Amino acid sequence: MGATLEIRNLHVSINGTPILKGVNLTINQGETHALMGPNGSGKSTLAYALMGHPAYTVDAGQVIFDGEEVLELEADERSRLGLFLAFQYPVAVPGVSVANFLRSAINARRKSQNPEDQGISIPQFRKLLTQKMDLLGIDHKFAGRYLNEGFSGGEKKRNEILQLATLEPRVAILDETDSGLDIDALRIVADGVNKLKGPDLGILVITHYKRMLDYLQPQYIHLMMDGRIVESGGPELAEEVETAGYKPFFEKHGVEVTEE
Amino acid sequence: MSERLTSDEKALRHINDEYLTKYGFHDTEEFYSIKGEKGLSEEVVRWISALKGEPEWMTEFRVRAYHTFLGKSMPAWGADLSGIDFDDIRYFVRATDKQESSWDEVPSEIKDTFDKLGIPEAEQKFLSGVGAQYESEMVYHKVREDLEKKGVLFLDMDSGLREHPELVKEYFGTIIPPTDNKFAALNTAVWSGGSFIYVPPGVHIDLPLQAYFRINTENMGQFERTLIIVDEGAFVHYVEGCTAPVWKSDSLHSAVVEIIVKKGGRCRYTTIQNWSGNVYNLVTKRAVAYQNATMEWVDANLGSKVTMKYPAVYLMEPGAHGEVLSIAFAGSGQHQDAGGKIVHVAPNTTSRIISKSISKDDGRASYRGLLKVHEGAHGVRSNVVCDALLLNPESRSDTYPYIEVEENDVTIGHEASVSKVGEEQLFYLMSRGLSESEANTMVVNGFIEPLAKELPIEFSLELRRLIEIQLEGSVG
Repeated sequence: MGATLEIRNLHVSINGTPILKGVNLTINQGETHALMGPNGSGKSTLAYALMGHPAYTVDAGQVIFDGEEVLELEADERSRLGLFLAFQYPVAVPGVSVANFLRSAINARRKSQNPEDQGISIPQFRKLLTQKMDLLGIDHKFAGRYLNEGFSGGEKKRNEILQLATLEPRVAILDETDSGLDIDALRIVADGVNKLKGPDLGILVITHYKRMLDYLQPQYIHLMMDGRIVESGGPELAEEVETAGYKPFFEKHGVEVTEE
Repeated sequence: MSERLTSDEKALRHINDEYLTKYGFHDTEEFYSIKGEKGLSEEVVRWISALKGEPEWMTEFRVRAYHTFLGKSMPAWGADLSGIDFDDIRYFVRATDKQESSWDEVPSEIKDTFDKLGIPEAEQKFLSGVGAQYESEMVYHKVREDLEKKGVLFLDMDSGLREHPELVKEYFGTIIPPTDNKFAALNTAVWSGGSFIYVPPGVHIDLPLQAYFRINTENMGQFERTLIIVDEGAFVHYVEGCTAPVWKSDSLHSAVVEIIVKKGGRCRYTTIQNWSGNVYNLVTKRAVAYQNATMEWVDANLGSKVTMKYPAVYLMEPGAHGEVLSIAFAGSGQHQDAGGKIVHVAPNTTSRIISKSISKDDGRASYRGLLKVHEGAHGVRSNVVCDALLLNPESRSDTYPYIEVEENDVTIGHEASVSKVGEEQLFYLMSRGLSESEANTMVVNGFIEPLAKELPIEFSLELRRLIEIQLEGSVG
């Protein structure tokens, strides 16, 4: 039995402004879900709130992951529990190499399971990282580069996927991993995610575009508007959005259209 | 990602967990041989000189410097020095009558101290020679035999004066005259200990020479004096480390370091200073570099109550190169006023200053630097970069970059940046499973990486470890 991420009636605000107004969503390990919706509908807020960003205030609701109350936990504890967020805008950390960073992240996980743990050995880590880089078709030199410093848009996103591959979470949220990528870069990133798909990984991919979904083939599509999931369905829902746009859904669900 | 890193990391890991247990201990002083009274006078100056049996010229040099000291006012800029009471300081403390070249001969109380600091172990592993100063004098000194045979001199300054008076007389006080500043004058008057190094032409010392300075007594003044002469085409890397126990009242560390690098020679001087939070650390360091010579200061300032230190390089002849790589960490209640000074006297000389400062809590780190190009010094190239990292909203950083250029065809770059460890950076790292303190440490380690990688691995690990200690808790 895999782990389940269960979001119940989640309300989240930023600086007193309510953004999420009662989100319900259940993701099982092994499933791929897509969350679509117009700008400002709250998709990224959901991603950040699930990972525990301190600027997001949870006003009501529950998030249960593998039986644990996620909202009580700090971001690092959520990560060690098996949640992962691929950032839309990954942050640069000058002077810290990708390899050094990933090794520290792995060691933090090991230590939380066993306080006596001495950390992964260098050869063992090197083997693991090389294997993951090869799987994703990433140049080995990447390991020595400083985290996201001077990375192109595509490199940043691939780096997020490399972290996903290395840390092996149980549920990963991909926050607009397709944004800012040209068609080739998008395919490379999507191919990477596809290689990681499997019974042990639940995915919530947040996107505006159907192109990403054509690659990832999610089983479930959710449509978010004004801080709520207004409609859920199969791949046909994404087709509908693609042909008709969001407008008919606004009307159908009585959501006011706000110009960005 | 080197294999060496982990094993060394492990070796160093056991050394300490925080300053108090690792450096904060102090020894009983029952075994001391001489403990001077508090306060300073011409009599005290003459007494110190007589104790050491010095030649008359040195005694008189000291006395003149003492009067210079009296005539000089305290620096009106930089850090707050009003807490220094010159009458409440012991200017000379002798712990043991004999300096040894075997650790087994060093009195056990003192040996234990250096054992705890890991010095004998380091000597075995990665050093060419070690000097250990305890209070006013060196208690241990040894250089590798093969280097001794090549004519390398690595002595404490007192022995240097005794055994090589002509060399000392030629250079002592010529790079930093007593009139330079009040604390240089004070040091010249009451100096004791420090290192005397001479590297003969063409001799390349592969592993570093290290000196370790330890203050044990409360209200102690440590005034070591170092003179390094690197002859033509020679190379030495000298490393100094410093610690003191955590006392209730303050101690003063005021050193003078003079370095001469002759044609084609290279000297690297690395300081990893880790004073407790009640030490005033006021040090004058200056080097002159001649034709095609290179002088590099790597200056890591951690701990202390106040540090004022600006290592200088005077580039005297064409082709000379000077570098100052400065790292300062100001924790709670600390003021690090550090930086560097490069003076281009000759044409076609090059230099760079890189300063990285970190301020935590209400700590204050100031970068103070001077880059000067004399008239006639054509074709000078220099680059100054100073970056500050603030860890807390109340942390403070200031930059005082002085650039004086008297020539036109020079290339000078200057960049300064101040950054904060941001919520986004911490959240990003924490979202991968690092705790908040691990994330903080990682950002800081990344910040100093460009300088830390210039150090031999052992010292770079020690530096990182010390910074971790500073990040973890309050010291002193």
